[in-house]
Amino acid sequence: MKQILNLSGISKRFGDLVANDAISLTLGEGEVLALLGENGAGKTTLMNILFGHYMADEGYVEVFGERLPPGQPEAALEAGIGMVHQHFSLADNLSVLENVTLGTESLWSWRQDVKSARTKLATLSKDFGLVVDPDARVVDLSVGERQRVEILKALYREAKILILDEPTAVLTPQESDKLFDTLRSLIDKGMSIIFISHKLHEILKVSDRIAVLRRGKVVAETDTANADRASLAEAMVGRTIHDPKGTPMSPGDTVFELSDVSITADQGLGALNNVNLALRKHEILGLAGVSGNGQQALAALISGQTKPDLGVMTLFGEVLNNPTPASMVHAGIGRIPEDRNSVGVIGEMTVRENMISESRRDRPQSRFGLFDAAAITKRSDQLIEKYDIRCQGAEEETRLLSGGNVQKLILARVLDANPAIILANQPVRGLDVGAIAYVHGKLLEARERGAGILLISEDLDELLALSDRIAVIYHGRLSQPMDTANVTARDIGLIMSGQTEAA
Amino acid sequence: MRLEPRQTIPMWMVLSAPVMAIITALVVCAGLVMWAGEPVLQAYWLLFKGAVGTRFALTETLTRATPMILTGLAAAVAFRAKLWNIGGEGQFYVGALMATWLGSGMVVLPPWLMIPFLLITGALAGGFLLLVPAILKNKLKVDEVVTTLLLNFIVLLFVNFLLEGPLKDPMSMGWPQSASIIDEGVLPGIVSKSRLHLGFFIAMGAAVIVWAIMRFTVWGYEIRAVGFNAAAAAFSGIGVKRTVVLTALLSGGLAGIAGVGEVAGTKGYLTLDLSPGFGYAGIAVAMLAALHPLAVIASALFLAGIYVGADSMSRAINVPTYIADVIVATCVLSVLVSLMLTRFRVRLR
Repeated sequence: MKQILNLSGISKRFGDLVANDAISLTLGEGEVLALLGENGAGKTTLMNILFGHYMADEGYVEVFGERLPPGQPEAALEAGIGMVHQHFSLADNLSVLENVTLGTESLWSWRQDVKSARTKLATLSKDFGLVVDPDARVVDLSVGERQRVEILKALYREAKILILDEPTAVLTPQESDKLFDTLRSLIDKGMSIIFISHKLHEILKVSDRIAVLRRGKVVAETDTANADRASLAEAMVGRTIHDPKGTPMSPGDTVFELSDVSITADQGLGALNNVNLALRKHEILGLAGVSGNGQQALAALISGQTKPDLGVMTLFGEVLNNPTPASMVHAGIGRIPEDRNSVGVIGEMTVRENMISESRRDRPQSRFGLFDAAAITKRSDQLIEKYDIRCQGAEEETRLLSGGNVQKLILARVLDANPAIILANQPVRGLDVGAIAYVHGKLLEARERGAGILLISEDLDELLALSDRIAVIYHGRLSQPMDTANVTARDIGLIMSGQTEAA
Repeated sequence: MRLEPRQTIPMWMVLSAPVMAIITALVVCAGLVMWAGEPVLQAYWLLFKGAVGTRFALTETLTRATPMILTGLAAAVAFRAKLWNIGGEGQFYVGALMATWLGSGMVVLPPWLMIPFLLITGALAGGFLLLVPAILKNKLKVDEVVTTLLLNFIVLLFVNFLLEGPLKDPMSMGWPQSASIIDEGVLPGIVSKSRLHLGFFIAMGAAVIVWAIMRFTVWGYEIRAVGFNAAAAAFSGIGVKRTVVLTALLSGGLAGIAGVGEVAGTKGYLTLDLSPGFGYAGIAVAMLAALHPLAVIASALFLAGIYVGADSMSRAINVPTYIADVIVATCVLSVLVSLMLTRFRVRLR
């Protein structure tokens, strides 16, 4: 196989952190190389160096035998490298055609050559089976279609090497399968692909060769044919992880209920239409759905950040009138927010201060508005110990903690109040495998204790592993919850994309 | 060249930042002194002597620092909550106006009641003035920088109108000034043969109280939380709008007390030049103190010393007193830069 890309001895340091440590990788023509690694393993840094966004401290990049000048994205584009980022870089208010041609035309030309651009785009669409309407505005496209536009953008610029950064993070299983078909047809036409992911089953499905990154180093490199799930997982994490498993339990009475709740789209959170939901003791109810289908509104509702426009919320049979974040906390609702760093904690305040942010007005933390420093210190030291929060101490600024430890802090704050129900909104997104197991274990513990938990996630594997029942949200409507034992990822995926209604 | 955030900020760096900033400012302004054709060291020595060199100089500096501590606290408290109160000058004047209106004969109480009465009513006046921009910000998202700044001019013109009309002292021989505060309301002097008055201790006490509020109370916690991250504060159950309103009352109240002190302590009656910009100087004081309430005392004393010293220096040699404004402005700029350098490390790549 002809070698077309060669990364040689790439090192990159940020302060004391070694993001990439003498990484060498090659990519052959017509090959799919999977780059596997946890968050923070250095995958994105490496790709940013390849693409010229960062300059490597050491090492170099060769494309088709030529050295790439460092730090110049233009040069990478010129050499035929195309990148599809996890977060798309498309202009919402422009058409597909305009997005694809944006930046490819000289500023000095008098007129746009729309016609030949259109022909070129149509040919590419046809050749690679990437169907999109060139005149549709991007804002009206589904996530899967937007990804196709991103790939078309790279092809239009005559990319020979395509880099996809976590491409399936926002897709339903069906859309993912479609993407894998597309990748196959790209390979058949002579493209080469680097596929970045942390999802093992996808990588095994789509790649020819796998490189595993851990702490900035390549720790394993193998042909996919010889790879197996368990050893890849161990290489990625560096140790064996036991996924926590819940013990079977029979759910108790309904604790929390939404009856015919609607929220209009005017609030800017996405709409909810006639949502009915009952959360019982001793159960985890999983909420699946592609992001942007009303999860934000539902989470805001249960967090007390917004009120239903229609319908009622009840807790223990009592209607929750005029909910506020403070009243919901006091009613016994624990809330783990989606954005842990900018909503869950205040980075500039200390671990100790964040620990009491919801209970600051309660005894013994304060009396008559005056803090009891001794009581607060005692409590936060206990919680740091109990929840194994790795920090320099209670006085450390929270922004200096790792994502996993910030989440442990939030868990400590929420679970220590013994909530009757818990809203866990994407509780493990962006965490490493060890922290994920910890968070899941704590949620299962809370379930055993009797809490009802609403788990919102975009990761179907997580939902299937943890939930007792799963409901799907699509365009603001909630499906009937289904027993996890009786459903597969494919069933849920169909409802997530709106192709079938739940029975 | 890039900036990298520091993981931890050593204490010595935090403490040396304002010192380095002051030295930088003095070095930069040395150029201006040379331009005026006078010897730099002599000018700075005269400035220093004029600020603290004699008993008179020292008491003048303390007198000048008194309102600046209070307006500095006003700015520091508001800026902590990211409520950008540029209206200290207006709140200062409504405080002074309230003291004049109630204190020049309308209300007569024994001194131990009269003085607290004037302080409290003045604080209420200042607080309620800032309430207007705070409510506009809460309800309609109106930018408080604009509203507080413009209110300064409205208040100043209103005071002007009153001094030319209803409040004009008939015995003032045509000068636009009010009648004097009655004896019961005058803040007693604390050093004989000087203008230094009880207001100085009130200002120091206010700084300690504000520090204690910010550090030991739930309210102070909420003010800081709202300033750092309003979204996270709201999520944890803090009433952000309520906090903004309470912060406005505290901040405006402190500036109002500064006005009361100047009318009832330093001057005795209200004129249009009661404040040489104490409200604006408070912003510089707060910035130089990095918004720390106790550091506000040191910062106000330093800036007051610059102003008083520069007055005295300009009488001795040919450097205009405006050098003080330049020094203060350069100080604030260099403090902002040095505070940034404590948070970030500069890397040349």
